[in-house]
Amino acid sequence: MLVVEQLLNGLQFGLLLFLLAAGLTLVFGIMDFVNLAHGSLYMMGAYFAATFVAWTGNFILGAVMALGATLLLGIVLEYVALRHLYGRDHLDHVLATFGLILFFNDAVRLIWGPAGLALPLPAWLTVPVQILPGVYYPAYRLSIIVVALLVAALLYVVVMRTRIGMLIRAGASNREMIGALGINIKLLFTLVFGLGAALAGLAGLMQAPILTVQIGMGENILILAFVIIVIGGIGSIRGAFMAAIFVGMIDTLGRAFLPDLLRKVLSSTAASTAAPAISSMLVYLLMAVVLVVRPEGLFPAAKR
Amino acid sequence: MKPVFNLRNVVVALVVAGLILLPVYSALTGKVFILTMFTRIIILALAAASLNLIMGYGGMMSFGHAAYLGIGGYAVGILAFEGIGSGFIQWPVALLASALFALVIGALSLRTRGVYFIMITLAFAQMAYYVASALSRYGADDGLTIYKRSSFGGLIDLSDRTQFYYVCLACLLGGVYLIWRIVNSRFGLVVQGVRSNEQRMQAVGFHANRYRLVCFVISGTICGLAGALLANNTDFVSPAVMYWTRSGDLMVMVILGGMGTLFGPVIGAIVFLVLEELLSQVTEYWALIMGPLLLLIVLFARGGIMGLLGRFSRG
Repeated sequence: MLVVEQLLNGLQFGLLLFLLAAGLTLVFGIMDFVNLAHGSLYMMGAYFAATFVAWTGNFILGAVMALGATLLLGIVLEYVALRHLYGRDHLDHVLATFGLILFFNDAVRLIWGPAGLALPLPAWLTVPVQILPGVYYPAYRLSIIVVALLVAALLYVVVMRTRIGMLIRAGASNREMIGALGINIKLLFTLVFGLGAALAGLAGLMQAPILTVQIGMGENILILAFVIIVIGGIGSIRGAFMAAIFVGMIDTLGRAFLPDLLRKVLSSTAASTAAPAISSMLVYLLMAVVLVVRPEGLFPAAKR
Repeated sequence: MKPVFNLRNVVVALVVAGLILLPVYSALTGKVFILTMFTRIIILALAAASLNLIMGYGGMMSFGHAAYLGIGGYAVGILAFEGIGSGFIQWPVALLASALFALVIGALSLRTRGVYFIMITLAFAQMAYYVASALSRYGADDGLTIYKRSSFGGLIDLSDRTQFYYVCLACLLGGVYLIWRIVNSRFGLVVQGVRSNEQRMQAVGFHANRYRLVCFVISGTICGLAGALLANNTDFVSPAVMYWTRSGDLMVMVILGGMGTLFGPVIGAIVFLVLEELLSQVTEYWALIMGPLLLLIVLFARGGIMGLLGRFSRG
């Protein structure tokens, strides 16, 4: 029954990655902006959650407050600095947001100290739930899956079925045109960036109880999120969803089962040293293969 | 003809003269620290200069350049560990390994453009990072200590601080000279032509990607040399050398100094690393200042330091 558990773990990790990648791909698809600091927003979400939960003593309330705080932070960041970079070279984006990563990491170190924080779960989320006869799964991980699926569905409805979503899609396919039609494009961009920040914050605060809240926690996962949007096709939410699940599964299952598989062909010491490296590399290998075969990603967004 | 004595050239000449005379200053004042610090700066300046060759002149935004620092370093470290201490073997192996890596990842990456290229080079560098983290025979995550620097018979002694400094400086100046010759050669002109208009160069009859790839490999090889020097400098090599923030640092140096200018990356490396050193003396939280500074540079100082100097000299 280990297989079921690991499959669920893969799904949960994939959905979490999707939340992160969705914001990234929205911001990229609509504003044509490469945001390396997206991982910092993920980290800030986790730190906010750890702080607010400790303050209020209530997990849900603290999480909601952290979500609001990350949203606000994203909007401020966009308003103060990043909106001046739209239309500039991608390299400028990379550099400016690289500077933001440095800033956020040290700001966190200054405010919360270099040691990590823990975000304890309330008792009702720690019980294992029976999902199949004889198969138990932690309630918290299950609730991550549920919340992330709900958010993904909500995102789909908002983007595909509402007026604001229509504007977002229109902005992605032709920015000048919707500006010319009298839509306040600056406001739209700020909102989209805030939405992306909130999604990153949500991913961060949900992951926080599983891992420790620490400086640099956003960096590795950010690169994974980039891998996902590149595999899925930049600007495509559907592609990001598929690729996120795929990458989550590969990463989790690789880590779980590769050591045993390798042990069958290699000596056990060689296997136990090679396995972690190979499973870390699998995702990047996948991306390299996808880019070589389909340089635009698996589900490229419509051409401008 | 542009005047030879413009502000840019004067600054470059002063910087080069300063670097050549630095050991004298260090010996006179007894400040050993400044010599070791500048040895590191010069090595990273060489890496930044090599990145500038593909980024500034070739238009290839590689976000994985630190991989070559690691490959060059590990070539030296692993050979030293296995008992081959001669620099005549270690250094060519470092160059060859970097060139080979650049050839493979370049051939694959150059099928993509723009942000995809940035990301795929990043991905390959991360792969190299994970491979190095798994080399359990060579220290894995903890890195590999190099007990003896590369030996070059009786010719030069790298353990001597001053001699090592001049070796690094010679490599840097040689590297910049090589890049200057490349950029002004027919080959370099084609590469720059491809940067500004790939379709037109294709139509004229150049295999754009072949030129790009050769340029990419040259750049990686030069950076591999910087890696070999860096490993000798720290007597240590670890996967952290290849971590993606390192590649980011190199990009910052290039942009800060001025992308697509010959000496820009060298000046960028000096300013970036000296600033880092000064800020970290003032406060532990130096990145709190450095980060927003980068943002301001991107927002207001396009063309980097060389761009600013050029603007001043034009009046």
